[in-house]
Amino acid sequence: MTSNVDAITESSGNDFKLLEAQNLQKYFPVNKGLIISRVTGHVKAVDGISFGLRPGSTLGLVGESGCGKSTTAKMLLMLEKPTSGSILFEGQDIYAATADVRRKYRGSVQAVFQDPWSSLNPRMKVKDLIAEPMVINWNISKNDIDKRVDMLLHSVGLNSYHKNLYPHEFSGGQRQRLAIARALSLNPSVIVLDEPVSALDVSIRAQIMNLLKDIQEEYNVSFLLIAHHLATVRYMCDEVAVMYLGQIVEFGNAKQLFDNPLHPYTKALMSAALPSHPDIESDEEIILSGEVPSPLNPPTGCRFHTRCPFAMAECSTKVPVETIVEDGHKVACHLF
Amino acid sequence: MSSIASDPVIKVEDLRTYFQTKWGTVKAVDGVNFEVNRGETLGIVGESGSGKSVTMLSLMRLVQSPPGKIVNGRIFLEGQDILELSEDEMSKIRGRKIGLILQYPMTSLNPVFTIGDQVMEAVRLHEPQPKKTAMQRVVDILRKVNIPAPESRVQDYPHQMSGGMRQRVVGAIGISAQPSVLIADEPTTSLDVTIQAQYLRLLREIQVEANLAMIFITHDFGIVAKMCDKVAVMYAGRIVEMGNVRDLFNHPSHPYTQALLDSVPRMEMDVDRLYSIEGQPPTLHDLPQGCPFAPRCQHVMDRCLSEYPDQFEISDQHTASCWRLI
Repeated sequence: MTSNVDAITESSGNDFKLLEAQNLQKYFPVNKGLIISRVTGHVKAVDGISFGLRPGSTLGLVGESGCGKSTTAKMLLMLEKPTSGSILFEGQDIYAATADVRRKYRGSVQAVFQDPWSSLNPRMKVKDLIAEPMVINWNISKNDIDKRVDMLLHSVGLNSYHKNLYPHEFSGGQRQRLAIARALSLNPSVIVLDEPVSALDVSIRAQIMNLLKDIQEEYNVSFLLIAHHLATVRYMCDEVAVMYLGQIVEFGNAKQLFDNPLHPYTKALMSAALPSHPDIESDEEIILSGEVPSPLNPPTGCRFHTRCPFAMAECSTKVPVETIVEDGHKVACHLF
Repeated sequence: MSSIASDPVIKVEDLRTYFQTKWGTVKAVDGVNFEVNRGETLGIVGESGSGKSVTMLSLMRLVQSPPGKIVNGRIFLEGQDILELSEDEMSKIRGRKIGLILQYPMTSLNPVFTIGDQVMEAVRLHEPQPKKTAMQRVVDILRKVNIPAPESRVQDYPHQMSGGMRQRVVGAIGISAQPSVLIADEPTTSLDVTIQAQYLRLLREIQVEANLAMIFITHDFGIVAKMCDKVAVMYAGRIVEMGNVRDLFNHPSHPYTQALLDSVPRMEMDVDRLYSIEGQPPTLHDLPQGCPFAPRCQHVMDRCLSEYPDQFEISDQHTASCWRLI
């Protein structure tokens, strides 16, 4: 791996990647047979994806269920071990690193999940929920922890009075604020946001999205946002990766990707998204037929060719390579 | 059918559904009026607790009693007040004249019966007939909702189908009895975007073909923009604004509608910062006096804190309840 060196040399330019995924793969074995169990195949949840996360910026992963976006997040959080490929944090391969480095990494990469009703332990008071990561990871006094809990509650728009309450005493939006405060407690440099607003009421979503943006500015933290709602992704993200069946089919900055989508799948996703005004009719409505094929046995060639309205002969046999179309905008499709 | 078009298929007048709870009376639906014509789609938009689902349950007369009760109002279905019907008569209307599609296809299908059995049950309930001919009809209906190879799919159990297909089966049951009104309660929230687009297109086709009156219960203005002819925005048990889709999107007149529309991010353009409505939706057993939106409203006036606003007409069939419109 020469990338160690690359990442360090890059750090001098603006292109420094805080967190980098290189050719990540995750295959889940499928077993058959109760007593004599044998592996009959693999679910290729994530199949060779690479991307980088810049400090203080937001990368969005978009795709339908089963495209591998949550598995990718789990690998970054060290909750799943990649089958192959590497994750570099500040230039260091975390899966090859010492236990000490890995412990530090786990503290630096935190998560906020979709459903704040199940991500907060109902039997813990707010102050304990938020303090727990610090109690485990940091050797600091109770008094300091207490002060920090107050500070964190303030920065998510709650106040010290909420410290002694239990999660059920909060509304959905407030709970998501608590989850954000907890994720911030260890001063992370990356937060993985897995559908952070989709379980909330419409009038609350904007509050939380704005809060996340403010926090990014204040703490200079990078976000990896997993979402299926495209408008949310455009609002929140600097860069966007579109995933289909375990692979990234298009990557670009938010403006490039939304104003000039290139991959037929990206176009289809955008055309399927609901309009924000009844007068907006997508110019070419692409409604995909069928459903996402099984990742157990993905189509050969381009994985999208079975549903692609522009499929050509070579699409079913040849795997498309990533082409750089304009600065920072990449697409994997035979049309380009 | 143009002669019937002027006659609403379903007309709701001053519907009030209250619940008795230990915190007192909860006015989940408090004076709701609307009508839907043949071939027309009404969207009822609101957040959780706004009363949109209780409105739907009241239309089906499925409000659990106690603690709930429809305390006032009339619901005319093709001219007949269904609140005056006996329970037996009502059960003949449910599913036959009013079809229902619920949110979670996994919980609205029975896991231990095949798809065929479940659609057949609905078909035979509507029109008693031998299983053989009913099965033919089931296959036809499943084909209509784009289930591939319906002849063999009828033997599948729900878990053998994907979410999108299960939702289409639920849709098939909803339309099996050829109802005149179809109520869809958040029918696509658990579906992926491309599957959602397929399903919405399917519902549209079914509606056009049968000239159905449709009611969409949703929290998503995108669904409204795509599917509906008119919209009712609900807040704390009442309709705060109602109008044709274009009127409402172009001239939102209630501060709540304006705020909601401004707080939704857009896919087709960069938005620097979204407007965010501060505060929480109110709890229904402890509503403030006056307008329930007043504590979160940017334009609140003294009068808002004491009196519930009258309904004002903005343009033809476009109304809103806000004192600013006086």
